[in-house]
Amino acid sequence: MLDLINVSYDTQIPNNVGLSNDKKVLKALEKWHPGYINWWNDLIPQNFQESMVYLRTAVSVDPKGWAKFDYVKMPEYRWGVLLAPQVEDRKIPMGEHLGEPAWQEVPGEYRNMLKRLIVIQGDTEPGSVEQQRFLGLTAPSLYDMRNLFQVNVEEGRHLWAMVYLLQKYFGRDGREEADDLLVRSSGSEEAPRMLGAFNEETPDWLSFFMFTYFTDRDGKMQLESLAQSGFDPLSRTCRFMLTEEAHHMFVGETGVGRTIQATIEAMNKAGITDPYDINKIRDLGVIDLPTIQKKLNLHYTLSLDLFGQEVSTNAANAFNSGIKGRYMESRIDDDHQLKDATYKVSTIKDGKIITEDAPALTAINMRLRDDYVRDAAGGVNRWNKIIEKAGVDFQLKLPHEGFHRQIGVFSAVAVDPDGNIISSDEWNKRKDEWLPTKADGDFIQSLMKPVHEPGKFASWIAPPKVGIDNKPGDFEYVKLHMA
Amino acid sequence: MNKPLKQHLIDPEICIRCYTCEMTCPVQAIEHDDNNVVVDASKCNFCMDCIPVCPTGSIDEWRVVNEPYSLEEQYEWMELPEQEEIEVGPEGDADTEALDGAMAALLAEAHKGAGGKAKAPATASKPTVNMYNLGKPAEAKVQGNYRLTDANSDSDVRHIILDFGGQPFPVLEGQSIGIIPPGNDDEGKPHLPRLYSVSSPRDGERPGYNNVSLTVKREDLGLCSNYVCDLSKGDTVKVTGPFGATFLLPSDPEAHLMMICTGTGSAPFRGFTMRRQRETPSVKDSLTLIFGARRQGELPYFGPLKKVPDTFMKKVFAFSREAEGGKHYVQDKLREESEQVAKLLSDPKGHIYICGLRAMEQGVEEALSDIARKQGLVWTEVRDAMREDGRYHVETY
Repeated sequence: MLDLINVSYDTQIPNNVGLSNDKKVLKALEKWHPGYINWWNDLIPQNFQESMVYLRTAVSVDPKGWAKFDYVKMPEYRWGVLLAPQVEDRKIPMGEHLGEPAWQEVPGEYRNMLKRLIVIQGDTEPGSVEQQRFLGLTAPSLYDMRNLFQVNVEEGRHLWAMVYLLQKYFGRDGREEADDLLVRSSGSEEAPRMLGAFNEETPDWLSFFMFTYFTDRDGKMQLESLAQSGFDPLSRTCRFMLTEEAHHMFVGETGVGRTIQATIEAMNKAGITDPYDINKIRDLGVIDLPTIQKKLNLHYTLSLDLFGQEVSTNAANAFNSGIKGRYMESRIDDDHQLKDATYKVSTIKDGKIITEDAPALTAINMRLRDDYVRDAAGGVNRWNKIIEKAGVDFQLKLPHEGFHRQIGVFSAVAVDPDGNIISSDEWNKRKDEWLPTKADGDFIQSLMKPVHEPGKFASWIAPPKVGIDNKPGDFEYVKLHMA
Repeated sequence: MNKPLKQHLIDPEICIRCYTCEMTCPVQAIEHDDNNVVVDASKCNFCMDCIPVCPTGSIDEWRVVNEPYSLEEQYEWMELPEQEEIEVGPEGDADTEALDGAMAALLAEAHKGAGGKAKAPATASKPTVNMYNLGKPAEAKVQGNYRLTDANSDSDVRHIILDFGGQPFPVLEGQSIGIIPPGNDDEGKPHLPRLYSVSSPRDGERPGYNNVSLTVKREDLGLCSNYVCDLSKGDTVKVTGPFGATFLLPSDPEAHLMMICTGTGSAPFRGFTMRRQRETPSVKDSLTLIFGARRQGELPYFGPLKKVPDTFMKKVFAFSREAEGGKHYVQDKLREESEQVAKLLSDPKGHIYICGLRAMEQGVEEALSDIARKQGLVWTEVRDAMREDGRYHVETY
């Protein structure tokens, strides 16, 4: 009998899907593998490729074998194909096929829709590694460097996960799509990544933390929805990816939190009480809270755009056909078909922002975005607690959902962070108050000096409260290769 | 529920509310509201499935309590409450070895050779203690019972394998379990458990199996040791524990371990070595074993030990009754290795472990004193500092 819990290493590609008995897919993946390794090797600076990084690797998909930590060179990380265990007699949880047995093969009538969703998800994974490729050079500590690389190798593995689905279930065009995932490239003129946020630069570590907090959180919501899919292999893939994705959320939330911590500690030490005394605070080698707010505004709004149009027939079709569910579908108490349900959707009428009822089926994106906003707000509250605890009078805020939007109903108007529609003149006049300027970016960049001594941290970021894998504070998370 | 008990909690200041633990928990013991993620003490069965999946480490928090914190209380928390003073042993803290007086006293006695309150290595994993006790023991099935010593020797040391089946029994290398011998004592009360060190690593005698091994010597008139040594495959045994929270393996792969033992004192070191072999087989020159017995044929695991490469673990044997070569004791070997021992004393990653009969303590202590003196150090000061650092561990009986 096949062992589908423990990862098998009998092929070049670690997996728990019985690849060694699936010659055709194994061959396709082995053909794809060198291209992937080349992509990785061209991407990450050489001395990091040679360094020993304390990474976690799954040796099985059950909780016991899920997190094995050891030093490994990144190119030797065992990227593999890991699916959460199959749930016996799993039923399709929503849409018109509600209650029917989950599909183990691609249903013909939904083939294209399914493929497109997988390709879009797959495209974001290498995109973020590309965006973050140079961050290792300015890591504020070995701890942070390790976390960056952990995020990177896992995004790489998520690409593998999607490529496996494409090659296993979508024949020749699946293989072509898999190849194209390595052709497109973040920020490229000719072949950019498919979604806007994945073509933005990640120029500094605060951007990285904001990205992992806000943009990877969109990824988490999308994976949650895809984990509900009636197409069982996709569901199982996404369920396992979610466990890894939690680490990315952690890097974002604690990264921003530690940045805030360093700022308020420095302010308190210097006796500065006014958080808007920006120049004096910056002279302390930390990032002032108003600038952190601006970075938050930027990354939050770029991430909101990832949810697409508020009202969308594509989303309705995906739900109705049982391909993509809602966030935590199984915990929602309704008919899971949305026959007559309505949902409140933001829209603009007569120059005013209003909400109106729309058929819940077409408002799936809006609902997921609302779930996202709630989820994202939690961490912001926890950041505010750090500030409050230190006695500094300042609160971070999520801006209004209409602020700085390029996609959806708000893309047609200018909205300030409080949700007032303003003229484009006023927007242009004031946007530097709300979004990071080049000067802000230059200042943050000036702080990005690498720190390589174990247990030491750059001035602008506080040490973590708990080490990875319960390691002590001065643990050498990366043994740097010195060329 | 027994009191006091160990309660599993989540640190709300470190948790990022990803709810991965909640999705992982097989018994739905974890839930959340808009504020916190909390653990229901009446449902949590310490299976530990939630520990590795947590990205933050916030899940690995435990408090010894008389009354478990309710869900409502936990939902209100902004931070974890301090450990309250509970009457278990001298102090209730992270190094609480056992929650019931008798077991805690046994372990305190075993560890007293360290010269002060024992402390776990800084990087050791957090142990679970007292999941099972006299009132609610676990039931294990005997999977095997093998004699380790030569057939013609009067020393009968046995390798016993116990399987816990579906019952969670999270045990770390260096921890002990209690075996309850059947029957009653003179006063008609059930016998108290006897403690035995496990000699297998945390993921099982066989990797991935829920089994442990023990290394037990038959003692003349020993009630429990005779019971254990006579067990046959398929027998059922009542087990308490796990116990012990200090005589543990550092997780740091670079920690250098010197393990000094006699006879069945090798049990925890077998666990340590196997853990290292499974986890970091490529690490070299960081394990040293100094192992004493009367004769080669009475040294438990002599055969398998010889197969461990010297680069992975340096092995020094001391035989006190072998026909040829004179009498050797572990302290003699320690002196021969004095250069390396001296290095360990001052290395912040150097650990010394001593395990075996109480009688070995004095000789070892003397050898260590001599080695320290030659370095211009006072052994008791070095020892106390190392112990405070979690780098000096003694378990003798």
